[in-house]
Amino acid sequence: MSLEPFVVWRGVAAPMLRPNIDTDAIIPSREMKRVSKTGLGEGLFAGERYLDSKTRQPNPGFILNNPSYSDCSILLGGPNFGCGSSREHAVWALREYGIRAIVAQGFGSIFANNCVRNGLLPVILSKQQIEALVDWTGESPGQRKIVINLEQQKITAGLLNYRFEIESGARHMLLNGLDAIALTLQSKEVIKAFESNRRQQRPWLYG
Amino acid sequence: MILTEAIARLMTATLFDKLWDEHLVESQTDGTDLIFIDRIFLHERTGSIALESLKAEGRSVFCPEQVFCCMDHIVDTFPGRGDETTMPSGRDFIVSLRHAAHNTGLTLFDLGDPRQGIVHVVSPEQGIVQPGATLVCPDSHTCTQGAFGALAWGIGSSEAEHALVTKTLRVRRPQTLRVTFNGNLSSGVGAKDLILHLIANHGAAGGSGYAIEFAGDTVRNLDMEARMTLCNMAVEFSAFTGLIAPDEKAINYLKGRPYSPSGDAWEKASTWWQSLHSDDGATFDRELMIDVSAIEPTVTWGTSPEHCVPISGVVPSDGDLASGLERARRYMDLQPGQKLDGLPIEAAFIGSCTNARLSDLRLAARVLRDRSVADGLKAICVPGSMAVRAAAEAEGLDEVFRKAGFEWRESGCSLCFFAGGEHFGYQQRVISTTNRNFESRQGPSTRTHIASPAMVAASAVTGRITDPRKLL
Ligand code: SF4
Repeated sequence: MSLEPFVVWRGVAAPMLRPNIDTDAIIPSREMKRVSKTGLGEGLFAGERYLDSKTRQPNPGFILNNPSYSDCSILLGGPNFGCGSSREHAVWALREYGIRAIVAQGFGSIFANNCVRNGLLPVILSKQQIEALVDWTGESPGQRKIVINLEQQKITAGLLNYRFEIESGARHMLLNGLDAIALTLQSKEVIKAFESNRRQQRPWLYG
Repeated sequence: MILTEAIARLMTATLFDKLWDEHLVESQTDGTDLIFIDRIFLHERTGSIALESLKAEGRSVFCPEQVFCCMDHIVDTFPGRGDETTMPSGRDFIVSLRHAAHNTGLTLFDLGDPRQGIVHVVSPEQGIVQPGATLVCPDSHTCTQGAFGALAWGIGSSEAEHALVTKTLRVRRPQTLRVTFNGNLSSGVGAKDLILHLIANHGAAGGSGYAIEFAGDTVRNLDMEARMTLCNMAVEFSAFTGLIAPDEKAINYLKGRPYSPSGDAWEKASTWWQSLHSDDGATFDRELMIDVSAIEPTVTWGTSPEHCVPISGVVPSDGDLASGLERARRYMDLQPGQKLDGLPIEAAFIGSCTNARLSDLRLAARVLRDRSVADGLKAICVPGSMAVRAAAEAEGLDEVFRKAGFEWRESGCSLCFFAGGEHFGYQQRVISTTNRNFESRQGPSTRTHIASPAMVAASAVTGRITDPRKLL
């Protein structure tokens, strides 16, 4: 399995700044209906997105229902975005909806890993930087696009220009659309040797 | 110079360092470490997807005998339950995991098996988690099992596939944080209050990037079940995991369990386990010291575990919509400055991997004995596993619960989270022994207050959020 590489992305960014947006909020449990990684985009933020989850009547107060943000592919978030449950469905739903990157003050750690495994870029910036991005895009919602360059680890928006840090492993995987399993299987012999050694050292684990 | 540093670290390592180094297969050029995974747990909600996805990609499981599966997340907990669930399409998840487990040769604790229950309750009960082992599960509360001095953490589905196929994970080494709890707990205060207090004071993101070791006299004095409660909510503090050094209590707990070593192997294993602690003088990246003597029974008021106050406390008055506080107040239908003590509730839930083990049920039963739940209140008890349920029944606890007006259910995650099946009513106010008070976590627009089993039982009796010390 290979993923769509992430090198440079230019897109509409929508602000969702409240802290601790958890994965239950990103996709409620009741929206994970099938034994499948697909068919989840419709359930994205279902709790806030629809006035009634059955009829799917849109909630006009929810940011992604605002027509200006209909092309949204980047989210601007607050602290601890994606905390809570490990459900990878949150990331599958975001990807299926069309989100390619999330710029936030911080991420739930399982969520950030899940993002990278699915070609979705998590970027950490400071509160001030994110607010500046929100102000800049907010002047003309849906028109002003943010550019995220992973190669150069830079975000540009008008005159704003921020460098961001990212783990080299995550960067490498995203840039190349790599599948972590294939990468690790290159070390298969080392792992096998490790395992047989472990069977001798801690035999009770293999009872 | 570098060598002396390395030697110094060897001699004064933290427990976390020892566990990490024990499992380090190789360091990758990309800054992550390839960590060997001893044991893997799956459950029907995410495990079924991971196994199907592997099959579709033509990949196979490296070591099926080290993979264990639980039916817990989607199964119903009503008496006489089967594969059909109140959650639409829930059956597909159950059947899919069963087939995949069977075809792949994985151990499955299925419906009808007396060992069935919530994964983080079952694993210690069966002796599957052991000190010094690594254990992962696509479930965020896997950190519960760190109470045994295992390196146990929650992962996503892709990582679960990775662990299944390669027996390893690529992980960036987290930093270390030691949280030392000292002092005597006042009566009516337990592990749940400790962890809620910690999160309330340092924020739901306070442990982000850290592997936490819980230490100190208070922790030493906790029994294993309470230690699991403490570690369970490390993820609510955004930590990589929570850990407690294995001591006599941990070792005694594991003795004679079905998957525990026996005979010679037990001697060897338990001798090694005793060496698994942070050395004197080991340095942590960060330390927190907490005097527990002033901690009161604690309860959440809002929609994040950090929205939390002592029972004598009030709903905070500060914060606007952007801070999340005003949004939480609106969602919970609470006013700034409102007292939690005495707030009327409509339902009470005792269950989940946080607080549904035997000691939790005993504590709740102490409060409920010869008492009844308030009129009109919905009260449900779902034991953490069928083994817990059987043990509770052997002591007659089920009678105490039933007589008081609680439903006494089969085991599973049940009303800990709403998956489209079992749930509380629209906007119902629930006091719950679970770990998450997120919006709609227990049903559509439910308002969840998280507390200890003692407080949940006391509140069920009065119909209002109640300081358990009044009824203990
Ligand atoms: S009881 Fe709740 S928190 Fe625990 S594993 Fe089940 S759903 Fe998750």
